[in-house]
Amino acid sequence: MKIGQLRHAGLGRIAGVLLAGLAAQPARADYGMNLVRGATDLSHRVFDLHMISLWVCVAIGVVVFGAMFYSLFAFRKSRGAVAANFHENTTVEVVWTIIPFIILIAMAIPATKTLIDLEDTSDSELTIKVTGYQWRWQYEYLGEDVSFFSNLAQSSRDAMNGDPTATEHYLLDVDNPVVVPVNTKVRFVITSNDVIHSWWVPALGWKQDAVPGFINDGWTNIPQPGVYRGQCAELCGKDHGFMPVVIEAKTQADYETWLVAKKAEAEAAKSGADRDWTMDELMERGKTVYGTYCVACHQANGQGIPPAFPALAGGVITTGPIEGHIDRVFNGKPGTAMQAFGPQLNDVDMAAVVTYERNAFGNDKGDLVQPKQIKALR
Amino acid sequence: MATLAHADDHHHGPARGLSRWLFTTNHKDIGSLYLWLALIMFLTGGSLAMLIRAELFQPGLQLVEPEFFNRLTTMHGLIMVFGAVMPAWTGFANWMIPMMVGAPDMALPRMNNWSFWILPFAFSLLMSTWFMEGGAPAFGWTFYAPLSTTFAPSTTDVFIFAVHLMGFSSIMGAINVIATVLNMRAPGMTLMKMPLFCWTWLVTAFLLIAAMPVLAGAVTMMLTDRHFGTSFFDAAGGGDPVLFQHVFWFFGHPEVYIMILPAFGVVSEIIPTFARKQIFGYASMVYAISAIAFLSFIVWAHHMFATGMPVAGELYFMYATMLIAVPTGVKVFNWVTTLWRGSITFETPMLFALAFVFLFTIGGFSGLMLAIGPADMQYHDTYFVVAHFHYVLVPGAVFALMAGAYYWIPKWTGHMYDERLGKLHFWLSAISVNVLFFPMHFVGLQGMPRRIPDYALQFADFNRIASIGGFVFGLSQLLFVYIMIKTVRGGAKATDRVWEGSHGLEWTLPSPAPYHSFTTAPEIR
Repeated sequence: MKIGQLRHAGLGRIAGVLLAGLAAQPARADYGMNLVRGATDLSHRVFDLHMISLWVCVAIGVVVFGAMFYSLFAFRKSRGAVAANFHENTTVEVVWTIIPFIILIAMAIPATKTLIDLEDTSDSELTIKVTGYQWRWQYEYLGEDVSFFSNLAQSSRDAMNGDPTATEHYLLDVDNPVVVPVNTKVRFVITSNDVIHSWWVPALGWKQDAVPGFINDGWTNIPQPGVYRGQCAELCGKDHGFMPVVIEAKTQADYETWLVAKKAEAEAAKSGADRDWTMDELMERGKTVYGTYCVACHQANGQGIPPAFPALAGGVITTGPIEGHIDRVFNGKPGTAMQAFGPQLNDVDMAAVVTYERNAFGNDKGDLVQPKQIKALR
Repeated sequence: MATLAHADDHHHGPARGLSRWLFTTNHKDIGSLYLWLALIMFLTGGSLAMLIRAELFQPGLQLVEPEFFNRLTTMHGLIMVFGAVMPAWTGFANWMIPMMVGAPDMALPRMNNWSFWILPFAFSLLMSTWFMEGGAPAFGWTFYAPLSTTFAPSTTDVFIFAVHLMGFSSIMGAINVIATVLNMRAPGMTLMKMPLFCWTWLVTAFLLIAAMPVLAGAVTMMLTDRHFGTSFFDAAGGGDPVLFQHVFWFFGHPEVYIMILPAFGVVSEIIPTFARKQIFGYASMVYAISAIAFLSFIVWAHHMFATGMPVAGELYFMYATMLIAVPTGVKVFNWVTTLWRGSITFETPMLFALAFVFLFTIGGFSGLMLAIGPADMQYHDTYFVVAHFHYVLVPGAVFALMAGAYYWIPKWTGHMYDERLGKLHFWLSAISVNVLFFPMHFVGLQGMPRRIPDYALQFADFNRIASIGGFVFGLSQLLFVYIMIKTVRGGAKATDRVWEGSHGLEWTLPSPAPYHSFTTAPEIR
C-alpha cells in the first residue's frame, strides 16, 4: 500500500473524523427511502412496476415469515412441543411451485409492455448525442451544430476537501447542463470516448451504458420545465464519482433562446482564435481550463499523483520544447490516462492551458501559445 | 462397493511440525488449512470494507484518494469472493463430505494438497500488487474491459495470473468432490439417500468445472488484448467491450450459486437437527438445487440490462431470471415447513441458520425486483444492488458458514464452544448486519451509484448509519475468531452425537473425529 495515497494516514486522524462525525449534526438534506418516482410518464410506469414487485414481495414475506415466526414461537421444545413426523408431500410441493409461477406471469406482463416502450426510440423530434469521457460528458445536438462539454461544477470540486454541506447540489452540479425542450420526444444516442460509462438521470426512469465504439440509445419526454440530476453509474476509473449529469427541461421558447445563445457562444469562441492574446489573458483563461480539465489528475498545485499522474511542476514536458508540450496535450499519451484533448478543447482553451502550464506552479518558461498556432494544427 | 481395507495400520496419526501441513494429504488437515486461510482472508477483506465505510461515513473526501478507494472496493470484492467464501466452502467439503458419505478420506488426496497450496501463492501475488508501481487493481471485482485492459496499470498482469491460479485450485477441488461423492459413498448410500450438504456440493462442483474455465478464458483474452495485439474487447480492432461482460457473467452468475448452494446444504442439515424433525421434502430440495444450477447458466445477461441489448434479449433474460424465484421459493417453503410442528431449540448454529432463512429471503426478494427489466434500469449499479448481493452473501453465505462452524466444531475438536459467547456473537452480528446493509436499499433507490468515494448530501444520514453498522459487524467477527480459537484449545468435552437431534454418519464417529474418518465403511440400510 502506498501510504502517500492514504490521506493524512494515521489512526488518530481516522478516529478524529469518526468522533467529529458522530458529534456533528447529521448533514441535513431532503432524503427519501423509496425509488425516485421521476418526472416523465415512462419513469412513472417504471415506478409503478417497482411498487408492484415490492408489494408482491411484502405479501409473500408476510405469509412465509408469518409461518416461520409462528413456528418458532409455537413449536419450541421449551414449551413442550413434540416433533411431528410428516415429510414428503407431492401435492404441497406442486402447489407451492405453481402459485409462485402464476404470480411471476402476472408480474411479467406489465414489465414486458414497459420494457418494449422503454426501448422504443422511434419518432423522436430531437436527437442529442452523449459521449462519455474520463470524467465528463459531451453533448452534441445533431443537426444544430451545438456541442459542448459538461463538467463537475467548480463549487463541488472546491468543497470536496472542505465542507460539502455548504454547497448546493454537492456532486450533482455541472458547468453546462444539457438542455431539452418540454413535451418533445428527445432521443439520446450514447457512446464513449474511452472506458464504459453509464448515463443516468433517475427522474427519467432509466440509465444506459456508454460503450466505446458502439452506440446505445434511450428516450425521454419531459412534461414540466425543471432541473433533473443524476450521475455516471458505471465504474469508469478514478473520478467515477465526479461526473454528474444535469438535464434542464425548458419551455419551447426558452429552449430556442438557449440554443441561439449557445450557438453565439461557440461562434465567439471560434472568432477569438483569430486575434492575438496577451499573456495575462491566456493565463487567466488557462487557469479556468486547467481547473476543469486537468486538476483531477495533475492536482491544483501541479504536483500530480505520481506515478500514475505525473507532476507538471518542473515536468519534463511542461518545461521542455513548446511543440512537444502542445503535442502531448493535443494528442494525449496512448496507453495512459492522458487523453487527447485536441477534440475536447477549442483553440483558445488549448492555447491558454498550455501557456498556463508553462508559467504556473513555479514553471517560468515565459513563452506563450497563440490560439492561431493551435488552429493551424487542426 | 468393495470394502475399504486399510493397508497401513501403523500410520494413523498426523506427522509432526510444519511438514504435517505442507505435505498433508489428510482431508481434515487440508480442510483446516482451507478454513484458516478463509478466516484470514475474511478478516483482510473485512478490514478493507471497514476502510470503505470509514470514507463513506460522511460526505467529502476524508481518508483516501478516489483511486485508492477504487482499489479498496476491488480488492474487498476479490478477496471476499475468491479468498473467503469459496475456500471456506471447500474447507467444509473437505472436512465433512468423507465423514458424511462414510469414506476414509477424499478420493484424490495428493491433488487435494496441491489445490490448497496453490491458494496462498495466488493471494500473495494478488496482495503484492498493493506494493507495486501501478498499485492494486482499481477496476472493480468485475473488471470490465476496457478499464481493465487498455486503461489498466501493469499490475493487472499479476492480477490475471493470480486469478488463473485460483481457477486451477477451484477446479481441482471440484474434481475431488465429484470423485469422492460419486465413488466413495458407503455401501447402501444411494444418491437419493445422501445428505443434502453433499448434494449441494456435488452440484456446486459441476458449476465450478463449467464456470471457472470461462473465467480463465476471460482473463486470458484480457491478457492477449493487453500484450499480444488481439482485440477481443476493443471496438477499434473489431471487438466489443460488451463481449467481456457476456463472458464474465457467464462465469459470474454460476459463481454466485457456487457461493450459496453449499449454504443451502448446511442450513438443510442444521434446521432438521434443531427442529428434531426430518427435512420436509428431501427429493424436491434435490430437484430445486438442480433446477437453480441449470438456470444459473441461462440468466447471465440480467447483469447487463443497461448495456444496450436488443429488446428480445432483455425480455428473454428477464423471464429466465424471474424463473429462479420458483425453485428458490421451494427451498424456503421446505425449510419453513420443516420447522412446522417440530420441537425447536435455539442453539447458536440454529440461530444462524434461521437468520439465514429470514435474511437470505430478503435478498431473494430484492433479487426478484432486480429481475424486472425496466425497474432494473433504475436499480442497476446503485446501492440497491449492493444491498441485494450483500444480503445474499453476508447474512446468506457467511451466516451459513458460521452456522456450519458452530454446528460441526464439536465434532472437529472434541470440544463444545462457549454457548453464551456464541449467542452473543449471533445477536451482535444479526443486528449489525441489518443496520449495515438495510439502509443501502434506501440510498440506492434514491439514486446513489455504487463504487463512488463520495456522495451527494441527501445520502449522508443512511450512509452514516450503514457505517456504524459496518464497524459493529466487523468488530463482532473478532469475537467469532476468539470463540473458535478457544474451542480448538479446550472446552467442555463433546459427546459423539453432540446434538440431541443429530442425524447422519458424521455423528456416529467419535468426537473429535479420528484422523482417517471411516476406515471400515458403515452399512446404510
